[in-house]
Amino acid sequence: MNARERAISMTITFITMFVFWLLLSAWVVYLPQPYDLLEVSKGIICALIVTLVSHELLVPRIGENVLVKTRRFIPYIFWELWQIVLANLDVAYRVIHPKMPIDPLVIEFETTLRSDFALTTLANSITLTPGTITITVEPEQGKFLVHAIAKAPADALLVDKTMQEKVAYVYMEE
Amino acid sequence: MLVIDVIATVLMGVGAFFMITGAVGLLRFPDFYTRLHATGKCDTLGEVLIIAGCMVYEGFSFITIKLLLLMVFIFIANPVGTHAIMKAAYLTGVKPWKKGDKRM
Amino acid sequence: MIVIFLAIGLLIMSTILLSMYRAVLGPGVFNRIAASNVIGTKVIVLLVVIGYIFERPMFIDISLLYAILNLVSTLIIAKYLERGEICSS
Repeated sequence: MNARERAISMTITFITMFVFWLLLSAWVVYLPQPYDLLEVSKGIICALIVTLVSHELLVPRIGENVLVKTRRFIPYIFWELWQIVLANLDVAYRVIHPKMPIDPLVIEFETTLRSDFALTTLANSITLTPGTITITVEPEQGKFLVHAIAKAPADALLVDKTMQEKVAYVYMEE
Repeated sequence: MLVIDVIATVLMGVGAFFMITGAVGLLRFPDFYTRLHATGKCDTLGEVLIIAGCMVYEGFSFITIKLLLLMVFIFIANPVGTHAIMKAAYLTGVKPWKKGDKRM
Repeated sequence: MIVIFLAIGLLIMSTILLSMYRAVLGPGVFNRIAASNVIGTKVIVLLVVIGYIFERPMFIDISLLYAILNLVSTLIIAKYLERGEICSS
């Protein structure tokens, strides 16, 4: 990493760590008496140590079009929260029903996503949506191995492909 | 009983119901992979609902921010742990269960 | 309101007891790891509810720490069972 990238990485990490320290220690430090210099200096020293040791792990590189991706990410989170509620009602129905209608199978499919963030988001979403859990991910060809609990959720992933299209739209078809 | 108390009680009650469903699924399902289905999904939502009930009960203060941080962390960490266990089991050779097999 | 927190705490404790049946019995090592992961996540929520019963806000910090410990321990055991070693030099 050249000097400019290192400076940006250390600045972002230091600001994030200091804000977290302020929020997490506020109810002990701020409420008895307002902040004075001794307490704030403790926070600055802790944030500096963490920044010097591990700033390369938290902000490895500056991607492109970060603002556009962040703005498209927020409706995706709301859609996913609704899918999580549906998934848990489905699993609760299968557990409580006296005959337990399950019929597990293992399926495999390919996608067009290649970057780290997009593959991780898709694997997390597959684990949180009704009836499917990711087993392995291959990053070079975008292959997913998925274990499904019945025929209907497996069809929603193989035939409809709604989730892959949404993730490809959020990360701008990577 | 104020309105905030009623909302917090309803949220925590639904969360506790989902947690009990997850634990019963751990006992009832016939195979390792299906048991992970039950706990990986129901545990996460039950915990998020119980912590949301505690947040509503508290109001606006610094403790609410800390509970929000705990909720986001559990939301991201539980599926990652489930996926790690499932990948280790598949690559070591645990066989999935088909309909009509013996229960194991 | 304390009665409601006590009832929720008792329900969470009963789910921990139900999971211990699978932790003792489950054929093979993977069922036991899944059950211990479940018990760990239930303990996190139980600590928050106990903090509300005793009216001490310090318990939330303890549960935040235990959430991180639980995640790291599950990941390390899964990595060891998959490869046979933790760090390859």
